[in-house]
Amino acid sequence: MLAKRIIPCLDVTDGRVVKGINFLELRDAGDPVEIAKRYDDQGADELTFLDITASSDNRGLILHIIEEVASQVFIPLTVGGGVREVEDVRRLLNAGADKVSINTTAVLNPQMVQDAASRFGSQCIVVAIDAKKVDNQPFEWEVFTHGGRKATGLDAVKWAEYMAKLGAGELLVTSMDRDGTKIGFNNPLNRAISNAVDVPIIASGGVGNLQHLVDGVKEGGADAVLAASIFHYGEYTVKQAKEYMQRNGIEVRL
Amino acid sequence: MKKIDIAVVDYGMGNLRSVSKALEHVAPNKNVLVTSNPADIENADRIVFPGQGAMPDCIRELDARGLRSSVMHAAGNKPFLGICIGLQMLFEHSEEGDAAGLGLFKGNVKRFATVDMHDENGEKLKVPHMGWNQVYQNRNQQSEAHALWSNIEDGARFYYVHSYYVQPDDTSIIGGYSEYPQQFTSAIAQDNLFAVQFHPEKSATAGLQMLSNFVNWLP
Repeated sequence: MLAKRIIPCLDVTDGRVVKGINFLELRDAGDPVEIAKRYDDQGADELTFLDITASSDNRGLILHIIEEVASQVFIPLTVGGGVREVEDVRRLLNAGADKVSINTTAVLNPQMVQDAASRFGSQCIVVAIDAKKVDNQPFEWEVFTHGGRKATGLDAVKWAEYMAKLGAGELLVTSMDRDGTKIGFNNPLNRAISNAVDVPIIASGGVGNLQHLVDGVKEGGADAVLAASIFHYGEYTVKQAKEYMQRNGIEVRL
Repeated sequence: MKKIDIAVVDYGMGNLRSVSKALEHVAPNKNVLVTSNPADIENADRIVFPGQGAMPDCIRELDARGLRSSVMHAAGNKPFLGICIGLQMLFEHSEEGDAAGLGLFKGNVKRFATVDMHDENGEKLKVPHMGWNQVYQNRNQQSEAHALWSNIEDGARFYYVHSYYVQPDDTSIIGGYSEYPQQFTSAIAQDNLFAVQFHPEKSATAGLQMLSNFVNWLP
């Protein structure tokens, strides 16, 4: 049967992998090409690169990094961050990305998701949804953009359904409340979205230990789990994570 | 003109970089050319026929570049590897857009049902079928495994991303299958042609082994 996927996430700025807590206090975690190769060796099912470069001067760096990684690592590569137009998608795919993740632009211009999906196929369009629990709306989780700073008034579950309808082949669901906290995924959020759509969902935000990965699949209904810091600082290898999931009855690729 | 060892057919759909990079990786001394020129396809020793996106668009773009006859010709006379939509296009008809394929093989391309597909834990199975699934090499039909399965474990996992699968009329061409949750054909084999639904170029060690097997295949 199909295996649940483990996806290490590499936040890249100015050509280096970093990791922060709620987008603050960024710590250097190393060279992206070296880290990508290490995770591939450990049995990562895919890799996600998130370009969080602030200055436009260094935007091109991510293309160079993806080219380097794609000629040495032969598993699916997803790249996101700063994808604004269909042309950005084309550039990333040409550099060697297999999927491109669209976040803020999907909210500002949903048509772009549809255009990109019809031009390159749904299989390479991932929509990233940053959601936060709110108590001032008639729904439970609201979509935020701009790295979690801007509320949109959109219901995350309804938004997920709409994005899948427009052609997103996969959804990357990040809980802004959990990101960097190490207290586990927001499983009720992931479960609500997973039940609402037919496309696969990737759970993101909050992993602190291996049981959180198991819970993400079993409780949250995630098809794939994404984690960064537990792998970057050598707490666990991807292989250890997979072995733990397998011991807990989850199908994995070992 | 430099000899073309492997031509990757480019008809303007999707990203062929992954395929060519993986071929270059397993065959560093071979000349791998991504091309939309029918003459290159005629001249190349081996053909890789990839595909991404929607099948009706793929067929339309293939025809727009005048590539149909050279691809059909190559499929009949030299080592030929179809990947993903490059497998689906070889069939008569696809449910996707109710489109006609190249018709090299009798049979249909069907969509996974989105309702009532569940795993053993009762979890809904998603479409597209995306990720790493086991591929069984159909050894019960052939006394020996096909050359493209050399050094690959029966049941090894390969990376898939697709919503449609092929259903050949002639089951003797089935060279491999997977389960989601029903059995579906994930490889076909006939003479000089081998075609797969999964992506060997994205399937780590097992995928690179298959590409290496293809580069050295003498059907």
